[in-house]
Amino acid sequence: MIEFSTWDILRNLLLATRWTILLSLVSFVGGGAVGLLLLFLRISKRKMARAFAKYYIELFQGTPLLMQLFIAFFGLGLFGVDVPAWLAAGLALILWTASFLAEIWRGCVESIAKGQWEASASLGMGRLQQMRYVIFPQALKIAVPPTVGFSVQVVKGTALTSIIGFVELSKAGTVVTNATFQPFVVYGLVALIYFALCWPLSKSSQILERKLNVAHRNH
Amino acid sequence: MSLIEITEVRKSYGTNEVLKGINLDVAPGEVIAIIGKSGSGKSTLLRCINGLETITQGAISVAGAQLLDDEVHLKALRLKVGMIFQQFNLFPHLTVGGNVILSQTVVKKTAKAEADAMARKMLDRVGLGHKFDAYPDELSGGQQQRVAIARALAMQPIALLCDEITSALDPELVSEVLAVVRELAAEGMTLLMVTHEMKFARDVCSRVVFMHEGRVHEIGPPQEVFSSPKTPELQQFLGVH
Ligand SMILES: Nc1ncnc2c1ncn2[C@@H]1O[C@H](COP(=O)(O)OP(=O)(O)O)[C@@H](O)[C@H]1O
Ligand SMILES: [Mg+2]
Repeated sequence: MIEFSTWDILRNLLLATRWTILLSLVSFVGGGAVGLLLLFLRISKRKMARAFAKYYIELFQGTPLLMQLFIAFFGLGLFGVDVPAWLAAGLALILWTASFLAEIWRGCVESIAKGQWEASASLGMGRLQQMRYVIFPQALKIAVPPTVGFSVQVVKGTALTSIIGFVELSKAGTVVTNATFQPFVVYGLVALIYFALCWPLSKSSQILERKLNVAHRNH
Repeated sequence: MSLIEITEVRKSYGTNEVLKGINLDVAPGEVIAIIGKSGSGKSTLLRCINGLETITQGAISVAGAQLLDDEVHLKALRLKVGMIFQQFNLFPHLTVGGNVILSQTVVKKTAKAEADAMARKMLDRVGLGHKFDAYPDELSGGQQQRVAIARALAMQPIALLCDEITSALDPELVSEVLAVVRELAAEGMTLLMVTHEMKFARDVCSRVVFMHEGRVHEIGPPQEVFSSPKTPELQQFLGVH
């Protein structure tokens, strides 16, 4: 039997961590883009657009991420589409992230006083101009802390993709455990790595929130 | 020739009819005070003229621009009538100068330097040129409201709608805002203002409109309306004041 040093274990886990980070980034950036689109639909003047975004958000928030992963992975397979694990993982996470970010941002946009919409409208601004120059700059400041905070959920969400066979940190943990028979050491290290990724994010979210509260209230 | 023509305007919220057939023609340079009990539809009327509410029936036009519910017509209308709100509604993330510049550059596509010069001119006009770089929350309520007036004026409207623009102010700040309005009136600006300042209405306005339950209940020159109110509703309204 081959002996594994702790360093061997850690090295293998760290190599897999790259995929966790990459998948998190892709999900967050992609989810942010789709989320922005959803946000526009959600606050649109068109009833159909609003309804679509509303049901989308309810659907993706109201079902477990794991089921969404299964459906992306196995469901599309039923239609003869051969979906690699990385694609299913990325797609499901992007769509899932988008539903949460859209809802977080909608809350921020709606917290802007109605008078801001009215004043900018009375000055002749169109809807997009109002958003771009008046509403978003104010909403953005409120949105930063919860958005950064939610990125922690995205990082943890990537762990689920191990179940459909995407080799990221959690999957690597299982593989290494099977080779070393040291589950406690391996999963302990896995947990530590997740913590090292997530803690700075949640901490900075807290700091940002405090900063934005203390800073001159409005600008 | 009337500048603002309001014809048989009705407005309902659900089954609640708030405006029940308003007719009002405003000549250029007229200063009209709208008075009446809370809930009589004064704000709704002003908001309809500016297209912030869609009317259920009737027609409104300002200097030939019809009120229609699409962005092109709304914009054309709003370029002709500015609106000042009770709560100032300055943009808190922009400086005073930025507030006055923004809609010029965004809506009218005015060049930055030109918009800047216009902003300074309008801020000087309301006595706040020196606050150009301050943020709204560094100003008193009266100053904020004057900035809001400068912001509306910078769009060079031909009429201004003012909805209780001094009601949110501490009493000692009311006069500085009214002084600005008085000056605008003297310069010939067409003004429609909802106000509780009866003395101001008497001194400055050409006509007073008394609204009651969604209708123009009584209308006339201030001395007539205030000295010899005809309807019991107006008598009662002036009595409690
Ligand atoms: N957005 C709205 N939705 C439903 N009802 C409204 C709305 N705005 C105003 N109203 C109703 O319309 C009536 C007139 O309101 P308003 O025009 O604000 O009166 P005033 O300015 O004279 O006090 C009130 O009964 C009020 O409850
Ligand atoms: Mg009112």
